[in-house]
Amino acid sequence: MTASVEFRALRRTFGQTVALDGFDLIVAPGEFVALLGPSGCGKTTALRCVAGFERPDSGAVLVDGRDVTNVPANKRDAGMVFQSYSLFPNLNARDNVAFGLRVRKVPVATRRKKADELLELVGLPSHADRYPHQLSGGQQQRVALARALALEPRVLLLDEPLSALDAKVRVTLREEIRRLQLDLGITTIFVTHDQEEALSIADRVAVLRDGRLEQAGAPADVYDRPATPFVAEFVGTMNHLTGQVSGNQVTVLGQLLPVDGPVPADPSVDVLVRPEAVQVVQNSDGPAEVLAASFRGASVRLRLAVAGGEVLADVPGHEAARLGPGTRVAVRLVERPVLVAARTVTVPSPVVAADAV
Amino acid sequence: MAALTGLERVSGAPPRRTRAWWRGAVFLLAAAYFLIPLGTSFWYTIYTPTAGVSFAAYGELLTAEGFAASLSLSLGLAVATIVLVLLLALPAMLAVRLFAPRLRVVMEVLCTLPLVVPPITFVAGIGTALRDGTDLLAPTPFWATMIAVQDPGFPVVLVLAYVVLVLPFVYRSLDAGLRTMDVRTLVEAARNLGASWPYVLARVVVPNLRTALASASFLTLALVLGEYTVASLLGYQPFAVWIVTVSGSKGQLSVAVSILSLLLIWLLLLAVSTIFSKEKGK
Repeated sequence: MTASVEFRALRRTFGQTVALDGFDLIVAPGEFVALLGPSGCGKTTALRCVAGFERPDSGAVLVDGRDVTNVPANKRDAGMVFQSYSLFPNLNARDNVAFGLRVRKVPVATRRKKADELLELVGLPSHADRYPHQLSGGQQQRVALARALALEPRVLLLDEPLSALDAKVRVTLREEIRRLQLDLGITTIFVTHDQEEALSIADRVAVLRDGRLEQAGAPADVYDRPATPFVAEFVGTMNHLTGQVSGNQVTVLGQLLPVDGPVPADPSVDVLVRPEAVQVVQNSDGPAEVLAASFRGASVRLRLAVAGGEVLADVPGHEAARLGPGTRVAVRLVERPVLVAARTVTVPSPVVAADAV
Repeated sequence: MAALTGLERVSGAPPRRTRAWWRGAVFLLAAAYFLIPLGTSFWYTIYTPTAGVSFAAYGELLTAEGFAASLSLSLGLAVATIVLVLLLALPAMLAVRLFAPRLRVVMEVLCTLPLVVPPITFVAGIGTALRDGTDLLAPTPFWATMIAVQDPGFPVVLVLAYVVLVLPFVYRSLDAGLRTMDVRTLVEAARNLGASWPYVLARVVVPNLRTALASASFLTLALVLGEYTVASLLGYQPFAVWIVTVSGSKGQLSVAVSILSLLLIWLLLLAVSTIFSKEKGK
């Protein structure tokens, strides 16, 4: 039932805009891959190339090794769930789910049964007779998911299906999508701009930038070992601190830490440190000072003034109670290998622009 | 509690009564505006100072020469126009929306153009084209086509002219309908589920455009049944032209026909609207 999907040097331009610029990626059978990137990075275009709604200018899309680039959308074997609500307003939930089966002239009794099974699968067994306008956003997306699965496609395409839903529904539904995907073992490509969403449900996260693949890897790899500064900043938050490389170690904020990955030729580097790797201890003689604290539920993000700049640090909520603005503190980095990049800043300051969640 | 309700009533009642009074007045005025001419027309058809009250004009109507022929011609033209204009406009509008959104402005201008061209200019153009066209095409096989479209039994040329005349109204109705739905996503969802283009059109677009299609059909029907200028100047005799012809010789009869046609159109519109709304409820 499942198939591999291969993007081979896909290129697609819309006038002056280059949506895809030589995009390569192989999705293994049964794998759940999240395409992650800022808006305009080409992730949706890539997905639409698999669905057949977009034809690449050059390159190819292969499903199970077969080139489907020129196959019309209605002859492809990929179910899709859209970002906007896409249920047919004139049909009730059951008929929506059964639409694909009706196109294939499946007998009424069979398609009714199948539709009811699928509605049960997505947790809406009692909503079969409701029309889309009688369903909530989350319920509509569940029905859309059931509809996409009705033809038992070999590939499931999800184009930001959760972005129109509120936070709580988003989390439960994404977990259900993952559970379903694991049960069915269906190859799934999930487009999102929400890094937390991508990291939490995908087997592999593919980060796109300007129509190219920046990095593809397991969520933990992408988060802990970003291949490029772009990935580091887009996925999670990253402090850029000035450091001096000596051998395969680097001096940063007065600490000597081992370097992870290649070392640039220039010894003056940016050291990339996650806010949760910055430890803060109250110390009235400390060299740093708390500038601001923002409460984030389980943790508190502190903005600290250190020698020559600022650093973001995440500390557990209960510790942060004593660390109000103005408190003098000492800062320590967790002892583990750190990533370094060629110097882009002159003073140690955090990149706040990429501060997502 | 009681005091509260009492207070509300005191403050709420006078404006309501004033509003009710105005409403009644406006209603009566509007009713008078429509019904008095209708009533007097009706009285004119049934009363003559010499013969008194008689329904002879209505009896005469059904047997009058040309009544059935012109009415059926008009209805036939209306149906043909509705079918043709919808078949032309709907796929074109969809195609522009889906594949060439930038052409939408061009299409809008083209479709609204007939509104600013006076029918008299339009018909003069058609007349010239038909005359010169027939001469020009005389030595070719198309000559027969030119003759066929002008067949007085069913003048296709009138259908073509009416398609142009109703285009602005049809365009507006369909455009309003298409705006209410996310056409692109619905079409893509259906394509994704294996539907061919004709299937998408018949099972996804049309069912969700019922109201718009109904209003486009109403407007076309009303316009074609009442159209006089083009038909008369091109020398055909659909219903509207026949009424005018008859009114010259038989005054009472022509007014009776007008009243009857009013009823008829009203019934037709009612029928179309119930058909569409019934299907929607299904």
